[in-house]
Formats: sequence, C-alpha cells, structure tokens
Amino acid sequence: MIGLSHYLIVSAIIFSIGLVGVLRRRNLLMLFFATEVMLNAVNIAFAAISHYYNDLTGQMFAFFIIAIAASEVAVGLGILIVLFKKHGSLDLDDLASMRG
Amino acid sequence: MYEIVAFYLFSALTIGLFLVTVMSKNILYAMTSLAAAMVLISGFFFMLGADFLGVVQLIVYVGAIMALYSFAMMFFDATRDIKEKNTSNALVFLLGGLSALVLVLMFAAPIMSDNLNTANMLINGMSYSEFIDGNISKYAQYALDNGIQASVEGIGNAQSVGVILFTKYLVPFEVAAVMLLVAMIAGIILAGKKMDNSLTKDASIDDEILVVKDEK
Repeated sequence: MIGLSHYLIVSAIIFSIGLVGVLRRRNLLMLFFATEVMLNAVNIAFAAISHYYNDLTGQMFAFFIIAIAASEVAVGLGILIVLFKKHGSLDLDDLASMRG
Repeated sequence: MYEIVAFYLFSALTIGLFLVTVMSKNILYAMTSLAAAMVLISGFFFMLGADFLGVVQLIVYVGAIMALYSFAMMFFDATRDIKEKNTSNALVFLLGGLSALVLVLMFAAPIMSDNLNTANMLINGMSYSEFIDGNISKYAQYALDNGIQASVEGIGNAQSVGVILFTKYLVPFEVAAVMLLVAMIAGIILAGKKMDNSLTKDASIDDEILVVKDEK
C-alpha cells in the first residue's frame, strides 16, 4: 500500500533534482525550468499531505503556489526578453558586470 | 494494486523527465520533458483525489505556462546548444554538501520531534500505532471542526474546493487575482516594448516614404 511517506520521498527526490539544477545551471532560462521543478515537488507534497490528513488546506496552498508560479513566469520571461535584447545571451557569466 | 503500479510508474517517469530537464544541453529538449513531467504530476494529483488541482495543473501549467515558454522561445536562439562552463569542482562539492546537510536537517527535525513526542507517549503507556492513529484522527477532527475535510460522502472534490475557496480563502483569492493582473501588465510592458515596429515587415520602406515626404 502506498503511504504518505512514499509521496514525500518522491517529492524530496524531485525537489533535490530542482536544487541541483539551480546550483549547476548557468543559463537563466534553465534556472527558470529548475525553479518550476522545485515548485512542482512542493505541490506534490502538499496534495499528498492534504489527502492523508483529510484536510483541504494543502490543496488550497497548492492552488496559490500555481498562481504565484504563473505570475512569476510572466514577469520573469518579460525580463529575460529585455535582457536578451540588451546582451544577446542569457548566460549568467556574460551578465555579471559588477566584478570587483 | 493499480495504485501501486501507477505510483511507481508515475514517479519513475517524472524523476527521469525532470533529470532530462535539469541535465539537457538543448533548451527544446528541456522544455518538452518539463511539459511531459507536468502532465504526469497531474496524474499524481488525480491519484490523491485532488481532481480539481489536477485539472488546474493541466490547464495552467501545461496549457498556459509551457505555452508562454514556447512563445518566449521565438526571442531566444533555441536550436543552439548551451555552452556552460562550470566553476571549480571544489566549490560545487562544497555547495552541494552544505545544501544536502541543510535538506537532511530540514526533513529530520520534525521526525526527531515526533520521536520525542512518541517517547513521551510510550512512557505514559500508549502503543505506537495508537499514537499515530490518535495523531491522524486529531487532525481529521480539526478538519471536521473547521469544515475543511478533503473528502466528504456525496460531495465532489471540485464542489468542496469551491465552497472553501470562496468562504475561508476569499481574501487570498482576491489578492492572487490582483497579483495576476499586475503580473500580466508587467509582462506586456516588459516584452512588448518596441512591439509596434514589426520584425517581419521591412522597416526601410516606411523610412523611404517618410524621407520622400520630408523632401517635399
């Protein structure tokens, strides 16, 4: 039988994958993908806890997380497009201009 | 039986697709595997009885967010492989080790406190399964008292989500609506600068007309 801990372990694995992506990626668009991975991992954990404790609050949190992710993507992609028009690349090393 | 098969299938596929997303050098591969993994995550939600959340995941994540990403691909050079030069290995190992430590502490802290509580209960003469059952039924009673149970006989998930969203969570819902409006305006203004001069139409033709007019 699948219990709560199964879902939490899967969620932790997916969150770690997203964390690895955030740490090792140097391209801004790929960093966005990695944050989406992490948000989805948290959503799985919320839905699982909501199901096993028979409490809808977790699902509500997941809804608001999805709304926040949508607005984050809208604003973030706008900024990325402006950056790409200005610098011609999305690499973090090219964008770093405040080197001491 | 079906639940076990579905769980392991979904988790293996999701983890594999997310690994492709994080490790791939091609933006298009990463985006496609991200979209596929999000479809499979909605399968998790359906398995957990969160029907409405699964539908929202399909519509908002797979439908809207991935469509937004693929529209943004028009502005970036998506076919070229990304060259990423990684910094020193020592730094990567240090950061990885530190974040792993923090993650383990984060996950272990509630388990440790639970174990301490359980030890207290056992001292007071209560068996472990009794303690766990009592814990879960305590939360279920809390949910019942506040009218936020996840599943009620005869009422669908979408219906109870709607009732709670428009009573207990009405203010956060409205705030989220305002936030989405702000994000929409910000996205339009940021991405839509200089949208009025077209990329496909030859701009020099207009200039020539203007020049001719000026000469007259």
